This record gives sequence, C-alpha cells and structure tokens, in this order.
Amino acid sequence: MTRTRKPGISRRSSLALMGAGLATLAAPWAARAQAKAIKVGMPTILSGRVAQLGTSSRNAVLLEVERVNATGGLAGRPIEMVIRDSKGQPQEAARVARELVNTDGCELLIDAEASSGAFAVHEVARDLGVLCIHTNSETSSLTADPKQRIPNAFRTARQGVHDSIVGGSYAASIAKAKGLKKWATCSPDYAYGRDTTGEFVLYLKRFAPDVEIISESWPKLFQPDYTEVVTKVLQARPQALYTCLWGGDLTSYIDQANIYALFGQMEVFAVNMADYTALTVVKNLPKGIHSGNRYIKTYPSTPENAAWGDAYKAKYGEYPTNWSWENATAIMLLAEASKKANSADGKKIAEAMRGLTIKSPFGTDGTVTMRADDQTLVGYAIGWGTTIPQEPYVPEVKPGDWKTIFELEAEWKKSNGYS
Amino acid sequence: MDLNALIACLASSACLVTQTTSGLIIGMLLFLVAVGLTLIFGVLKVVNFSHGAFYMFGAYFAMTTYQITGSFAAAMLCGAAGTAILGLIFERVFMSRVYGADVLMQLLVCYAFVLIFDDVVRMVWGPEFKSMGMPTAFQVMPLFIAGGVVPPYYLLLIGVALVAAIVLGAGLSRTRIGKVVRAAAHNPSMTSALGINTGLIYGGVFALGGMLAGLAGALAAPVRSLTPGMGFSVLIESFIVTVIGGMGSILGALIGALLIGLIRSFGSLGFPLFTEGLMYLFMVIVLVSRPTGLFGKEVA
Repeated sequence: MTRTRKPGISRRSSLALMGAGLATLAAPWAARAQAKAIKVGMPTILSGRVAQLGTSSRNAVLLEVERVNATGGLAGRPIEMVIRDSKGQPQEAARVARELVNTDGCELLIDAEASSGAFAVHEVARDLGVLCIHTNSETSSLTADPKQRIPNAFRTARQGVHDSIVGGSYAASIAKAKGLKKWATCSPDYAYGRDTTGEFVLYLKRFAPDVEIISESWPKLFQPDYTEVVTKVLQARPQALYTCLWGGDLTSYIDQANIYALFGQMEVFAVNMADYTALTVVKNLPKGIHSGNRYIKTYPSTPENAAWGDAYKAKYGEYPTNWSWENATAIMLLAEASKKANSADGKKIAEAMRGLTIKSPFGTDGTVTMRADDQTLVGYAIGWGTTIPQEPYVPEVKPGDWKTIFELEAEWKKSNGYS
Repeated sequence: MDLNALIACLASSACLVTQTTSGLIIGMLLFLVAVGLTLIFGVLKVVNFSHGAFYMFGAYFAMTTYQITGSFAAAMLCGAAGTAILGLIFERVFMSRVYGADVLMQLLVCYAFVLIFDDVVRMVWGPEFKSMGMPTAFQVMPLFIAGGVVPPYYLLLIGVALVAAIVLGAGLSRTRIGKVVRAAAHNPSMTSALGINTGLIYGGVFALGGMLAGLAGALAAPVRSLTPGMGFSVLIESFIVTVIGGMGSILGALIGALLIGLIRSFGSLGFPLFTEGLMYLFMVIVLVSRPTGLFGKEVA
C-alpha cells in the first residue's frame, strides 16, 4: 500500500517543520519497503468440527511459504502469513478478512474457508479490490456464475461439477460392466449433500440411462447414529449405493453398515472416502469401496506427488488432506505469477496468473492451469478407484478425462444460464 | 412421504424384524443416557445440561482402554467406572454449590462445563474424529432372524441396556438404598433430619447417572465416530425422551426412548424427509395431551 504525502499541506510553519521532519524520517522506510515482508492474510477454520481441515490448510500453506521464502519470496519480498480463526462462521470470516487487510496491512488474501464463508470473503475482496485466492470452496457457482466474477478473485480448489462429471461417468462404466441398475443414495441433508448427490445422479443417468434410483436417505449432518438409514438401504435391496457423507459421519456410517454386512451386498460409491482423514481412522475399512480421489500421495503416481505427501507427513506427523493440496497450490501459483510479473503487486500478480500454467505435483499431467475466463483451477488430478484396508489405500485410480469434463462443463454452464 | 414402503415393510416379517431391532438399538442407547438425566432431575431437581459430556467421556475412556489392553470388557468397565468417578467429583466440587441457586445459574454452570469438557477432550485426544473399531469377536456375519438382519453386537448392546434398566428399576423399588434415594427425592430435609447423609446420596445418584451415560458412550464407541462435542447430539434426543416419558420417571425414560427409536427406524421408511420432525411432532402431541409426560406423576 502506498501513502501519498503532499508537501506543504499546511501553511503553518510549525506543521511544515514537522512534516519535513517526518519526511526525512520516512525516506529510509520507503527505500526499505522493497525488501519488506509481504503480508498475506488467511482466514480459515481452526476451531470446531472442521478444525482438522483448517489446520491442514494452514500446515500446507506454511510448508510452501517456507520453500518460496527460501528462494527469494515474491519478487524479493519474503511472505509473512497472518492466519486467523473464523470458527467456520461466514460473518466472522468476512470480518477477519476485512481486518487482515485494513488493520494488519495484508496485501493479499488466501481464503481458506468452506463454501459458506468463501462467499462472504468474496464480497470483502470485491469491496476492497485486494487479490484473493479461494482455496477450499468447491461450490461451482463461486466461479461459474458471471455475477460472482471479479478480476481479483481466483480459485485453486476442485469444483463440484468437475467431480460430478468424473464420478458419474466412472460409476456409469462400472454400472454397465456389472449390470447395476437399481441404485440407492444416502447423503447428508444440507446444501452440499443435496447438490452433489443431484449432480452425481444427473451424470450417472446421462452415461447409463437405464439406472434407476430406488431409495433415497437424507440423514442429518453430524447425526450420531445411522442404523435406521443402513437398514433402510438393506430393505430396498439396491445393487449399488452412492453417498457423499464425509469425515466422522462417513466413518460412523461405515462402522455401522459393516456390522450389517452391507458392503458385501452392494457396490458402494463414497466420493469422500479416499481422503487420509477418513482412510486412516476407519479400523475395519472394507475392501472395494469406490471413491473419488481427494488427496492421496499415490495419485498422480509421480515421484513429485509422493515426495510432497511425505514432506508434509515428515513435518506434521500426519498425511495431508484435500484442503492441503488446494492451499499449497495457491502459494505455488502466487510464487510463479509473481516471478512472471516480476512484482509483488496484487494487480500485476492477478494479471500474470490469468491463464498461467505451472508445474505441480497435483496435476493430471504434472501441470495445473488457472483458467483465464473464469479464474478457476483446471487440470488437477481427478479420478476414481477402489479401496483396500491398508496403504496405499487406493492402489489404482482411473483418471477422469479433462476433455470430457470441459465439454460437459460448458453444457452445464449453458443450462444454468452462466454462459 | 412414502407410505407404500412403510406398509410393505409392516407386511414383511424380515423388514419388521430388522427395523424393530434397529429401533431398539437406537432406543436402548438413548435410554441409558436419558435415564441418568431423569434420575438426576428426579432426585437432585437439577436439569443436568452437561450430561452429554459423560457419554463422550465414556466413549473416549473405552477407546483408550481398548487400545491399551485390547479387551472389550475392560473397555466397557473403564468407560462406566471412569465416568462414575468423574460424575462424583463433578457433583461434589461444582454442582453441589448451585443446588440452592436459581435455574439460570445451574444452567450456566452446566453449559460452561459442556464447553470445558469438550476442550479437555480436544486437548487430551485431539480435535480430529476417532474410531475405536469393532472388536474382533463381533466382526462376524449378522444373524438372520425370520429373514431380518440382526448384528450380534447389537444383541449384546440391547441386553446390557436391558439389564441396566432392570437392575436400576428393581434397585430403586425393592432395596433399602432405593428407598432412601426415593425418600431424598421426595423430601430431602426430612430425610436429612432422620440422620441420612443426603450429600452422599446426591453424589451417588450423580455418579450413577454419569456411569450410565458413560456406559452408553462405551457401548456406542465401536460403531460411532468419537469427536469433541459428540455428547451434545445425544443430549438433545435424551431431553426429548425425558420430556415424553416424564421428567423423573425411569419407566418413562425407557418407554420414551424405545418410542423414539421406533419412530426413527419406521419413520425413515414412511417419512424419509420428516423423520426428525416426526420425533418433535410426537413430543408435541404427548405434551398437549399429557403435559407431565407419559409417566410424569411417578417419582423416581
């Protein structure tokens, strides 16, 4: 931020004298400002039920910032992270974001909020014009809806609609191969659960039109007991089950479904299973659950990705989460864009970031791209595979095809009036 | 609304058996938590808002014991005994100071401890969710009774809860200690005047309530994920149970818990989008027709 000082602002000599004195004092500061640390503000969820994910976001950011600073920071200025807890409350996230910029003097924002908070921080970014990278919100409309779009906001998270297209086409291929026509769904009863399940079913039916949904269950978010929905699914006798339960809810569901031997009676598709937070917690993980990749160090199966996962584990004692790679990507992109622009200025970095492709351990082909037209990340590793009860947990992942994703995404945007 | 599914289920013995046992499981665990709540209210006249914490501690104690010893029985025992001791300390040190205070004060103390206990768990066991895992002895195929599916672990769970209910009911109505407890509930100053240490009884009842909730937590640990704050979700349902059954009534807690369990299991078939609402609707109907709850007049 620059402060303009008009000489001779006061006609009083005493004030002029003070002004002159201040100006001489300020001169060395101005000269030093080039090497001054650049403060990056980061509101995220560090307490409450999702604290584990917020913490993993912070960890990943700090890991990457250390690397960037070791090689000269952003255009010579070392990054200084200012990380604050939003407790997962949107109004608190917005307040913290504003305070980080206005009071703490942060020049860039990493918005590591869940979707509810991300939309609130987005409005702050719109208001203040500061460069903001959304790292965790996967709600498609955040970048797909032209009404939301601002030149200074980007997203390095995966996107719900991409997941649904890949999940739907993967599930359809299994459905066709194994003749799975009768499906059941069981997902948490809130916006994410409803939207994700709806989109998955939409694309499943598109790729496998004879699929029929014969039973739906909508347990409450954070419900302690799933017995009644487990037995309900058993009564319906479907051939396959889709669920987007996640975290502790998913592990509870698996433990409770396990003793009813549910996993032997149908194919189970649990999009959020292949995340270390769930994989390492479930004691009796059934073999053969189909899952989308969240973060797994074996996919993409490259030395770079494995090294990144191991480096994270070495530093923090546990494996990274889905939110970790999304946050690490934000820092990697910032560093590359700043190098390209040869500047630490938010506007110039934003300009350089649009359409930028960088090398990344998390890319399907070793690179990820910040797509220019909607400023969201594409080319990241996205695929589905089946679980085994021990490492590497998901030995083989069938990659999603980005060409298909782009085609169907364009169609989806059109049908929603986004393009 | 999916009434056809419900009717089809009621007509099939397999579905009937599965859903009924599923309702019993939910109900029995709920009963163990609710009965402590109702007992404490009946004797101490305190609405123990922090009761869910004992359920949480029971689960964590059981998990840690199971990880160290590998014994499921020891895990259950530690879950129950540990929370009993915790309940006793909590009552003697903190709750006993607010018996004379107004309800708001009691509520505030309890709520403060809801937050404190959650943070203690977060500090000791970490903020992330945990899973105890099913003991190998119970990792077996479910039983098929009349075509319905019943996991053996759940039979044990129902059995333990039922034994607890019978021992508690018989203990309170048949034994001398039971008589003293009932006397203390009815008229504490008279009981005290007769030379009975009511402080001891209060502490004992609180410990018993804590132990039952802890046992519920320990029994639930193999099938539910453990997380700070897990006590809160069962607490709300336990309150519904005690309100339906009548505050202070053990039989009411049992019937209320079983009804809630069955409403959940059959409601999820017939009214998949209104299962939660059904519970509250039932509570409203009971409260309108019998404001003291189904068995509200009985004193524990």
